[in-house]
Amino acid sequence: MNAPVTVQTPIYLDYLSTTPVDPRVVEVMSACLSTEGVFGNPASRSHVFGWKAEEAVENARNQVAELINADPREIVWTSGATESDNLAIKGVAHFYHKKGKHIITSKIEHKAVLDTCRQLEREGYEVTYLDPDEQGLTTPDMVQAAIREDTILVSVMHANNEIGVVNDVAGIGEICRAAGVLLHVDAAQGAGKVRLDMETMKVDLLSMSAHKMYGPKGIGALYVRRKPRVRLEAQMHGGGHERGMRSGTLATHQLVGFGEAARIAREEMDSEAGRLSGLRQRFWDAISDIAEVHINGDRDQRLPGALNVSFAFVEGESLIMSLRDLAISSGSACTSASLEPSYVLRALGLNDEMAHSSLRFSFGRFTTEAEVDHAAQCVRHAVEKLRELSPLWDMYQDGVDLNTIEWAAH
Amino acid sequence: MAYSDKVIDHYENPRNVGKLDDADDNVGTGMVGAPACGDVMRLQIQVNDDGVIEDAKFKTYGCGSAIASSSLLTEWVKGKNLDEAAAIKNTEIAQELSLPPVKIHCSVLAEDAIKAAVQNYRDKQGS
Repeated sequence: MNAPVTVQTPIYLDYLSTTPVDPRVVEVMSACLSTEGVFGNPASRSHVFGWKAEEAVENARNQVAELINADPREIVWTSGATESDNLAIKGVAHFYHKKGKHIITSKIEHKAVLDTCRQLEREGYEVTYLDPDEQGLTTPDMVQAAIREDTILVSVMHANNEIGVVNDVAGIGEICRAAGVLLHVDAAQGAGKVRLDMETMKVDLLSMSAHKMYGPKGIGALYVRRKPRVRLEAQMHGGGHERGMRSGTLATHQLVGFGEAARIAREEMDSEAGRLSGLRQRFWDAISDIAEVHINGDRDQRLPGALNVSFAFVEGESLIMSLRDLAISSGSACTSASLEPSYVLRALGLNDEMAHSSLRFSFGRFTTEAEVDHAAQCVRHAVEKLRELSPLWDMYQDGVDLNTIEWAAH
Repeated sequence: MAYSDKVIDHYENPRNVGKLDDADDNVGTGMVGAPACGDVMRLQIQVNDDGVIEDAKFKTYGCGSAIASSSLLTEWVKGKNLDEAAAIKNTEIAQELSLPPVKIHCSVLAEDAIKAAVQNYRDKQGS
């Protein structure tokens, strides 16, 4: 027996939904709020308060650009990845509509992409929604097969927010560039965790969010390629900030926080990825011998700290209820208010039952081994308890094939 | 989502979990719901010669409210005769457990389960 390690509960294992702000980031942000700090309006050209704020914002722009190896002039500040997705997709569609009105995306994109595409459909655009493979991946071949004469944009996510799989965006970029089609990548989950390089990857637009990488909420960026130049129709009109692409006074403290978060993510990416993969493996090793547990999504091509697991014959919501010590989700935070099974897991070909029985665990910068061990123990207990209560588990143990039963759907 | 204390109590200490012998003519089984919908309830009653339910067992796959609804139901039906048990309304269960609107279907399922169990028992007796 190991000596019991006390951990503080609840344990936060929902880093894909959001992250706490790194203390180093808090520090630089606080210096941009008060009278003594850099509180000025970065657009004020007539005094030193404005100049200092502008300098701070441009420094942050450099830091974010460096994270993805881009030119700082290619970074457009937004309020977050949702706005970045909207600006990229609607901006391209509205600017290039004379060239064509066809857009390609995948069925398991974030709602910020899917809902934006739905809106464009209402405006008369045509959207192809690709089915991912069983591992949750959207491949260059799938994109190639869907490109048409009138296709103007492909929008594919870098890393999926529910299952954590990472797409080959470099490969998709090659296909798109060769076909003369723009590529937008929603990198809200992957940026800062997996290396992205705009010099080598043929990505034209890339959405990022600060709060997924230990920065503050309410701030994000859209990378907009300069060579070859990508044009956008602005969605937010006003004072012409961000070279006319996104008006609105820049939030200095938020941007400085985003910049610092990006700097830390870039410098510590390799060591952090190694540590998180280790924690993920440690967790999986501790639960993988439970009967009928399955990892959803590709095992190798995934974010270092993310794991989505189905526990057959127990229902996800009751599982979360019995895991009160753990802060986890049964999918994305954005859709967990509904009782519908995850559209992402359904698209992977999981039946409703397995989709209902899935949990997302995401480990992060402040997760410890002791927390992972405690979490695994909690999961084992909960699954055991709920299977004791489950008529489906009974039937499975009696050798009944659940697919042969005619259920009264309600 | 905040659960009521009664739901949490039934969920943490479920009453009458288990299985009765389905081959016994004095046992009625009701299984309702579907895995695809996220809820399956199996409710079993054991009826004595006077037509009174003397034991009840359940197993439920579903959310905390579904588990609590079926657990509560097993407590309620014990000692009742078949007509009384079949007359239990979902609204009574929902009220007792203070179920929020999105969880009313759990109490409906419980009502369906006891009706199905009573019907199953009567079918067995009739045959």
